[in-house]
Amino acid sequence: MWHEGKIWPEASRVRVFMLVPGVEVPHLCVQCHDYPCVKACPSEALSISPETEAVIVDREKCTACGLCIEACPGDVPYIHPAEKYAVICDLCGGDPQCVKACSEGGWDALKLLKKSENYTYKVYAKTPEEITREVAVQLYGEVGEEVV
Amino acid sequence: MPGGYAGKFLEVDLTSRNVRDIKFSDEVLRQYLGGRGLATKVLWDRLGARWEEVDPLGPENILLMFTGPLTGYAPGARLCVSGKSPQSNGIVGSTIAGEFPVELKCAGYDGIIFTGKAENPVYLSVFDSDVEIKDASHIWGKDAKETLKVLVKEGREALAKSRPRRGVWKEPAAVYIGPAGERLVRVAAVVGKWAHAAGYGGYGAVMGSKNLKAVIAKGTGPLPEAADMEKAVEAAEAISRINLRYTHLRHWGTGYLGYDVGARLSAEPVKNWQEEWHDEKSYSADKFEPFWAKRFWGDFGCPVTCLKLAVIRSGPFKGAITDNPDYENQAYLGTNLGVFTAEGNIYLTALIDDLGLCGIQCGNVLGFAAELYEKGILTREDLGGIDLKWGDVEAFASLVRMIVERREIGDVLAEGTYRAALKISEMKSVDALKYAVVAKGIGIGAHGIRSGEDYPHHETYVCSVQGGDHTSPAYIPLDDDLSELTVALYDSGVVCWFNFFEEGTKDHIWGLIKAVTGWEITPEEWYGTSARRIIHTQRVALLLGGPDIRWDPKTHDDIPSKWYKPLKAGPYAGKAVDRKIIEEAKREYYEAIGWDENGVPKSEELRRLGLEEVDKKAEALRG
Repeated sequence: MWHEGKIWPEASRVRVFMLVPGVEVPHLCVQCHDYPCVKACPSEALSISPETEAVIVDREKCTACGLCIEACPGDVPYIHPAEKYAVICDLCGGDPQCVKACSEGGWDALKLLKKSENYTYKVYAKTPEEITREVAVQLYGEVGEEVV
Repeated sequence: MPGGYAGKFLEVDLTSRNVRDIKFSDEVLRQYLGGRGLATKVLWDRLGARWEEVDPLGPENILLMFTGPLTGYAPGARLCVSGKSPQSNGIVGSTIAGEFPVELKCAGYDGIIFTGKAENPVYLSVFDSDVEIKDASHIWGKDAKETLKVLVKEGREALAKSRPRRGVWKEPAAVYIGPAGERLVRVAAVVGKWAHAAGYGGYGAVMGSKNLKAVIAKGTGPLPEAADMEKAVEAAEAISRINLRYTHLRHWGTGYLGYDVGARLSAEPVKNWQEEWHDEKSYSADKFEPFWAKRFWGDFGCPVTCLKLAVIRSGPFKGAITDNPDYENQAYLGTNLGVFTAEGNIYLTALIDDLGLCGIQCGNVLGFAAELYEKGILTREDLGGIDLKWGDVEAFASLVRMIVERREIGDVLAEGTYRAALKISEMKSVDALKYAVVAKGIGIGAHGIRSGEDYPHHETYVCSVQGGDHTSPAYIPLDDDLSELTVALYDSGVVCWFNFFEEGTKDHIWGLIKAVTGWEITPEEWYGTSARRIIHTQRVALLLGGPDIRWDPKTHDDIPSKWYKPLKAGPYAGKAVDRKIIEEAKREYYEAIGWDENGVPKSEELRRLGLEEVDKKAEALRG
């Protein structure tokens, strides 16, 4: 909504995967400190926001080559469904709309914190399959293995 | 074009494998919106002239999966499934929650019309405008969990192949049938996400009759634009904000009612409605809660999240996964069978989910069979050796499998309670119909009327155009929040009723319709014309019925005969329904909605609404 001005699940910076029912897992940039995606970009389309330290995609420069997807340990970026550029969470310029929606919805599952230098966020960069497997086993026990 | 619509529908002829886009005029869309309304219009236009001859399980029936303009905009997205119902022989708008309708709209389609019958098992894949009929022989016979696993895998592989550099593909959404639908079991549902179902109507059997195992959809576009996006979001947020206060549904779903409707309202089916009261504290919400692996299980954009995820991790029922269960399943696969343990109920609910059955219809027929066994009408031998005692979870599970496999008595019960009652009456030379709790071939939802404490009125199941469907109650006044004219709006929207329960929510729907479509539809227009077109057409189709069964309002506009007998126990012991009051309520309802004294929509009423063709067919019903 915030970026596109319309309801567009396939263009959302937060994609919610449901490879297994009940195991809905949000998939989005985890804010790695070492920026493998930025380093992998051959066309200088990716940069780091000085304010938020989030990755910023320059739509003009991006060629939609997909190298950032390969470089990301969680395969998080993807190519916009209608235009030729990579989609990566930019923290909505410092005011993440997902956090707002979550709080307005009374779920309070998301909270805005300051980025810490002492924590390796990168460990959370996982593919939807990896996250699904972990959560499915947590939720369903042994059956979790079978249903994935 | 009005906002909120993708602007085209898919028509898939399964016989010729021909696929084409079709459109409806803005006028038709304004009159019928989508979902149940538009389905009724399409069914009548195509099958009305020879309605009585159309076999619901024959290739001539058509199967509709329709969204509506509000789907995806209003909180609580649903898909409406319809066709000629193999339960009532009329039209039922049967809805199912989930992401499928949103994916379909984002793919550019407002709905799908299936005609004919595929030669071999198939599934339909909709990826934006790429529509493909695919082989389903490898998933035919598979249960929900296996089916969905394969569909998600194959769907994602096909997506990745079509656009290899896009990144990781999110799964397509799916609706499917289990083995029950494949075997034309009339109590089979159209299922999604393991535990979501469009149960009423029996459209799982219609899918099966067409050799259609599943439909998957992925839309990469945005939701079709609203006429006024800002106002649409405003209205949706206003509805959501009210719903966020709706804490009991959010916290427990309808799963707090399994104890409550019985103990407090005395309106819950107990042992095939021999009782409607129980005070089994073993069955209260707090006994279910320990099994919830997830308390808030919401579908796309839903603030209510009435579903909870129940998992059994140990003991004899280990491995069962389902929703809460919700109230209807708690009642029909619990109290109605004399089962008063959370584990037993979760297990039976997970079983019917896996096999693709409707929990209400299946629980209705199971309770019916158990009472016949109790009364000695069905013997242990008839039941293939099962000692079908109240509360015996494993015995009921065995009978469920017999129904799905259509083995022995299972083959009779697979026809649903009403048809099974006719057959058993014949087999045993008894009147088995007096044990059947159905209305027009549809097992009645788990809300009784004897105590007078629950929401259904005397006219509710007597006059509903969807028979026993507790989510489509006939109700006076006609514009009541619970009236089927109101529900027809949600079912045509297509949105979830549970998002419009709380006081104040319904006030926003007219503004939401205006913001999304651009049409100023007033309550007067809806209740005075649009809703009546839908209800009258459904009523005429229901009374035409056929080919196997027809309903005569004089006989069948009635409650189950059991409900005339007094409740035996509880705070409302001794209360029964007075036949005179039923007759009065019926007359009053006929009068209010514009039906003649025989329950047939009046000619001038049909003509006022431009339903001349419906009127011509109704003439024969007027005798």
